[in-house]
Amino acid sequence: MGFSDLVSGHYNYWLVIVLMMTGLYITVSRGNLIKKIVGLNLFQTSVFMLYISMGKVKGGTAPILTGDPQTVYSNPLPHVLILTAIVVGIATTALALALIVRIRESFGTIEEDELLKIDHEMEATKPAPTNPAAALFSRLGGPNP
Amino acid sequence: MIAALLSNLPALQIVVPLMAAPICAMVARPRFAWAWATAISFIAFAMSVALFWQVRDGSVISYEMGGWAPPIGIEYRIDILNAFVLMIISGIAALVLPYARHSVEAEIPQSQHAFFYTALLLCLTGLLGVTITGDAFNVFVFLEISSLSTYALVATGAARDKRALTAAFNYLVMGTVGATFFVIGLGLIYMITGTLNMADLAAKIAANGDSRTLRMGFSFILVGIGLKLAMFPLHLWLPNAYSYAPSAVTAFLASTATKVAIYVLLRFMFSIFGFDYAFQAATLQFVLLPLALIAMFAASIVAIFQEDLKRMLAYSSIAQVGYMLLGMSFLTQTGLTATIMHLFNHALTKGGLFMAAGCFIYAIGSARIDDLRGLGRIMPWTSAAFVTGGLGLIGVPLTAGFISKWYLMQAAFALGWWPVAILVVLSSLLAVVYVWRVVEVLYLRDTREIPDRKPVPLAMLAPMWIMLGLSVFFGIDADLTISSASRAANALIGASNIFWQ
Repeated sequence: MGFSDLVSGHYNYWLVIVLMMTGLYITVSRGNLIKKIVGLNLFQTSVFMLYISMGKVKGGTAPILTGDPQTVYSNPLPHVLILTAIVVGIATTALALALIVRIRESFGTIEEDELLKIDHEMEATKPAPTNPAAALFSRLGGPNP
Repeated sequence: MIAALLSNLPALQIVVPLMAAPICAMVARPRFAWAWATAISFIAFAMSVALFWQVRDGSVISYEMGGWAPPIGIEYRIDILNAFVLMIISGIAALVLPYARHSVEAEIPQSQHAFFYTALLLCLTGLLGVTITGDAFNVFVFLEISSLSTYALVATGAARDKRALTAAFNYLVMGTVGATFFVIGLGLIYMITGTLNMADLAAKIAANGDSRTLRMGFSFILVGIGLKLAMFPLHLWLPNAYSYAPSAVTAFLASTATKVAIYVLLRFMFSIFGFDYAFQAATLQFVLLPLALIAMFAASIVAIFQEDLKRMLAYSSIAQVGYMLLGMSFLTQTGLTATIMHLFNHALTKGGLFMAAGCFIYAIGSARIDDLRGLGRIMPWTSAAFVTGGLGLIGVPLTAGFISKWYLMQAAFALGWWPVAILVVLSSLLAVVYVWRVVEVLYLRDTREIPDRKPVPLAMLAPMWIMLGLSVFFGIDADLTISSASRAANALIGASNIFWQ
């Protein structure tokens, strides 16, 4: 198999991989919670594409009975599976957005670094630990795990 | 009528809690929601006991959903392993729900109660579904039902500490990435085999043999499930989620959610993938085994430095998952028996311990270890419960934790891996340190003035003591657990195409 075959023969997989990595990178690297969810959506969508392109049969038509025994059909099962996965994805997005609304209401921000800062401030307002091990740990300057 | 019910038991096990959940939300009365969810959890437990009774001799129930025969239709397949796990999940639910009433009233605003129990029932449905199904894609669907309701349940802890919201969000992102990895893996296997039925998958994978796509599918599934079960470097969601979730939720999740993920891993690892012994053995021994050992130590050490009781127990959970993965990575019958037994024993122990933490929160409004000074004299029952559970966590003889660690060490010795056995003992010593810290604060410090202390109701104490009492009972008379776990391990080995040592 030559190089051009590797690229053009598997072009659907390449698209899926690019989309998947873009999504995962956005999810990990962005500090804004909404952007994180957009990245997560891209990531999930790439998997939908993986399944849908997997079910395509060359020269196959939509899997609706034509009455002609010669007809080649595409495989409908991956498509149906992905219908379920899309529903799961929508539920996840809805729940995530609802959580973001609540986070914004109680913290006043949806930026991850600011949320972390508030988190640390909440931790710092607590009385100093009397447990010797934890006191030693905080003296060593380690992050409060 | 009775016969029809009995023959449809596998479907009812899922359908009853699933249908009960919306009723909970529609009636929307807090007290009713609690009573209804509790009744449903008892029914679910009764059904799983009936299922376990039917398969206890090693037979397999195959239930065809909607009358469609596998591999086309979705099959519910119950053997002794998942009947055992079903019994753990529904049993824990039947103990946590009676406990939940007072705990939830104290920690969650009343307007959310009905939805809270709805989400809890959905979570129960999802966990039971993951366990009972014999269809690989169905596992994903139920995994997401349970996960989505779990994120909502964790977020209900926001009334006590608003950081529950960010914890739930982070859990959602990581859980979804894990689930998506799992689906990618399934897609890759489907490409090769063209089937999703687990038994069919196993046969076709064995027939097709090894290939790169299969290995990729295997790796994606391992990482995806690893995220769900908090395998060591993928555990970051767990401490926050467990410490900010309401106490009843933590007690339920800590003893069921990660255990179900372990079950799924066992199922995929041994029942489905049997393609190449060398590749799987290498993955287990060079990836899973070191990670399990690191988890046992790193998580235990971090647990020692925690200021919050629930957070400490959460880190200890990560370490305990390490023991379960360790048993799996031995690839022997004894090792698998140890894993399955530890799954059960740890569910009881950790559930009881988180319930104790919940009792402290109910009584004094805090589970910070510093705030527990001298409570051993004021709250003798809860404190004694914590000590009992702590001993189980360490693995002291006459507790259930001892039996599973004993089997783990036997498995290590049988392979001649004595350094691993020594590491098991050493990591248990770390458990002594973090449990002792709390015991010292509870019993050896002066009592402080607690102005608004509430007495813990019997409805919370009783389930906690039943849970911990069982963990002691199964430490003294372990016949039932050992024989079930050993038979479940045999079933896994018998169904797998891997060469066993």
